[in-house]
Amino acid sequence: MNWNAIAAIYRFEMARTFRTLVQSVISPVLSTSLYFIVFGAAIGSRIDQVEGVSYGAFIVPGLIMLTVLTQSTSNASFGIYFPKFIGTVYELLSAPISFFEIVIGYVGAAATKAFMIGLIILITAHFFVDLTIAHPVWMLLFLVLTCISFALLGFIIGIWAGNFEQLQLVPMLVITPLVFLGGSFYSISMLPPVWQTITLFNPVVYLISGFRWAFFGQADVALGWSVAAIVVFMAACLFTIGWIFRTGYKLRS
Amino acid sequence: MATVLNVKGVTKTYEGGHQALKGVDLEIEEGEILALLGPNGAGKTTLISIICGIATATSGTITVGGFDHAHDYREARNLIGLVPQEINLEPFETVMNSVRFSRGLFGKPRDDARIDEILKLLSLHDKKDNRIMTLSGGMKRRVLIAKALCHDPQILFLDEPTAGVDVELRKDMWEIVARLKETGVTVILTTHYIEEAEAMADRIGVISKGEILLVEEKDALIKRLGQKELLIELDAPIDAVPEALSNYPLTISDEGGLIYSYDAQAGHTGITGLLSDLREAGLHLVDLSTRQSSLEDIFVDLVKEDAA
Repeated sequence: MNWNAIAAIYRFEMARTFRTLVQSVISPVLSTSLYFIVFGAAIGSRIDQVEGVSYGAFIVPGLIMLTVLTQSTSNASFGIYFPKFIGTVYELLSAPISFFEIVIGYVGAAATKAFMIGLIILITAHFFVDLTIAHPVWMLLFLVLTCISFALLGFIIGIWAGNFEQLQLVPMLVITPLVFLGGSFYSISMLPPVWQTITLFNPVVYLISGFRWAFFGQADVALGWSVAAIVVFMAACLFTIGWIFRTGYKLRS
Repeated sequence: MATVLNVKGVTKTYEGGHQALKGVDLEIEEGEILALLGPNGAGKTTLISIICGIATATSGTITVGGFDHAHDYREARNLIGLVPQEINLEPFETVMNSVRFSRGLFGKPRDDARIDEILKLLSLHDKKDNRIMTLSGGMKRRVLIAKALCHDPQILFLDEPTAGVDVELRKDMWEIVARLKETGVTVILTTHYIEEAEAMADRIGVISKGEILLVEEKDALIKRLGQKELLIELDAPIDAVPEALSNYPLTISDEGGLIYSYDAQAGHTGITGLLSDLREAGLHLVDLSTRQSSLEDIFVDLVKEDAA
């Protein structure tokens, strides 16, 4: 393993995060605070409780997931797309590093940043609502696995994207709707039966459900399904990345 | 001298069917400077990209320092530094961070003292904390060289290092290459400036339409293929070659003298006979001088022949 190369990529990417601190960290915190004000205080005051949890607290796992999914995807996609765009990708391709090491560097940095933002939102949430976490270890595990899986997805998007528009396409048109419709702000038991069934085809439902279980001990779907969903998703991403590297898809001519 | 790079039968056919390389063989000796000359689209950059791992060959083998460049890619790439043709740099990074990143990618531990040395060699040291976007084009090109050198490679590829740079910077670049040679680095540069190959290279390879037409010692190449011209200045200008001298390949110079073309390597140049025939034709010589054709003439001839 070329550990120095992994560390170099990781440090380089993290340095970009800290250089763009306002955009990277402060903006997700601000938008989350706005969600708390609008959904938690304004609307939440009219909704009593959802499954025995105050509405303000109920939306915390969904809000964290919303930000973490979009952040890990866009961080990783931008991380690998930018060198392609400005041409510095030649360095990665001509260095004595394996594709696996490249992925660890970029995905590791993107996941770390998303994880940090997830924790910051959790801390921010404490200022708005009373929150106790029923299964903290599971909560962290879900958070880490989600950050890594969606950073892997982002990496694939970054390799695939041919321009900045395509780079934004998946986070904007796929991930955000899936998270909103995946029960971030409601329990799927609140939906009419037909929609409950349709919703089960949304993979994000399983992530949010499992994550919410880690907070409150209750879930829309069984915990096993949530764990299985994330493992299958991660495996699919890893398989795709393996294929990209074997074929050099959009990287090596 | 040992061979540091061996390219055998490398071909490259792009998906669209365009064959960029048609079986390239090339051997590079340790410590030499080889200039790869060729017109645009000849396959220079494709060849370098394949050797460096940026593109894949359709067939053929490449060994770098004895390591197979596909199988033992880590060992092989460790020996290579690449300065690309385009100025591909992270605009927001400082020079130092950018070079540190490159060194890290090659698996080397952080060593700012070594990077300082390289930046000094390239007259970049006072800019090390500047953001790359604030540097001039010439300085950016130096940053690319620093990035390529920071892992102490044995072979340095310079892909058109002076394309689009001013005369002064071009001379600087030649000086840098000369200094690198002194430190034992093997340099392979591509260029379409003949002047550059003539000034820097030990050997010259000519590539055209994906094929290496020849690789030879620069001096030998110029000598072997060089046509010489004998310039004959006369006391009274003439405007036509006299009938008595019509057997000789003579032309009239701008000054009304004669130009005699001959092959310097031929056993019989015909100069002695020409001089006596000139006297018999009643022409009086004022001065004689010779001129050897430049690499540019040779290059143009070779590529023209290849196209024919």
